[in-house]
Amino acid sequence: MRAASLILLCIFSSPVFSQDLEKRTAALAQELRCLVCQNQTLADSNAPLAVDLRNQIREQLAAGKSEGDVKDYMVARYGDFVLYRPPFNAATALLWVGPFLLLLGGFFLLLRRLGRKPEAVPEISEADRERAAKLLQ
Amino acid sequence: MKLAWTIMAFALLVALLAAGLGLDPREVPSPLIGKPAPHFELPLLAAPDKTFSQKDLLGKVWILNVWASWCPPCLVEHPVVTALAKSRIAPVIGLNYKDAREDALPWLQRNGDPFQFSVFDAAGRIGIDYGVYGVPETYVIDRKGVIRYKHIGPLTPEIAQKKITLLVKELNAGS
Repeated sequence: MRAASLILLCIFSSPVFSQDLEKRTAALAQELRCLVCQNQTLADSNAPLAVDLRNQIREQLAAGKSEGDVKDYMVARYGDFVLYRPPFNAATALLWVGPFLLLLGGFFLLLRRLGRKPEAVPEISEADRERAAKLLQ
Repeated sequence: MKLAWTIMAFALLVALLAAGLGLDPREVPSPLIGKPAPHFELPLLAAPDKTFSQKDLLGKVWILNVWASWCPPCLVEHPVVTALAKSRIAPVIGLNYKDAREDALPWLQRNGDPFQFSVFDAAGRIGIDYGVYGVPETYVIDRKGVIRYKHIGPLTPEIAQKKITLLVKELNAGS
C-alpha cells in the first residue's frame, strides 16, 4: 500500500506529468470563455475569476477527470456561453446551418442565372455596320 | 420586382442586426434556473464558528445576494437590497464573495447590514458553483431549494419590485 502510494506520488509529481498537465490545462483554457472579459479565453484573461477557473481546470484534470468532464462542469455553471465552440442545439441551429443555407441560396441563384437562355443579340443593320467601320478607322 | 426583393432582403438583414444589437451580451442565461441550488456549508461572516447550508432553509422561499466590500456596484444596489430585506418578504442571506473579514465587516457597519446574516466564501469556490461572474448577483430560491431566478449586476428598484417581490409572493402563495 505504502509502496503503491509512493509510486503514485512519484508519477504525479514528476516534471513530465506536471508538464503534461499544464499543457492540457492551457489547451482547455483556450477553448473556454472568460465570463468577466467576454472576448478573451480563460487562458488569455487575468481576471481573478479566470485565474480561479484555470485552477479548477488544473485541479480537476489532476484528479483524473477528462476534458469533457471539465467542460460539462463549466457548462453546468455558466451555460453553453463558456464554450468557444458552441454545441449544436435548437438555439444555435441557425448559427451552424445558416452559412450553408446562404451558400445553397447562392448556388440556386447562380444555377438559375446560368440556366437562363442568353438574351438574343439585336441584329445590326448594314448601315450601322458601315458607320461603325468608319468610326473605327 | 427585382428591386422589391433586394429591399426586402436588406430590410430582413437590418431587422436581424437590430435585434442582435438590442441583446445585452453580458446577460448570460444561467443554466442554474430550475435546478437545485448547489450545496454549500460555509462559516458565517460574523461568527466563524457557526455554519450555514442552503439546506437549512428548505421549506422557505429565500433570497441569496452575492456581495463583496471590494465591489462598487454592490454599494450602488445596497439601498435596494436594504429595502427588499426591510419588506420582510423573504429572508435575505448574503454570500460574501472573495472578501476579507477585516474589510467586509466594517463595510457592513458603514453601510448598514440588511442581511439576516452573511456566509463567508473567501476562496470563491461556492461562487463558482453558483455561476457567479459579475458581483453583485441575486438568486431567488424556492421552498424545494430550487433556483427560480437569478439577476446579475446591481439590483434596481424595478427589478426588486417587479421581478423579485412578485416572484417571491407567487412562490409563497403556491403550495
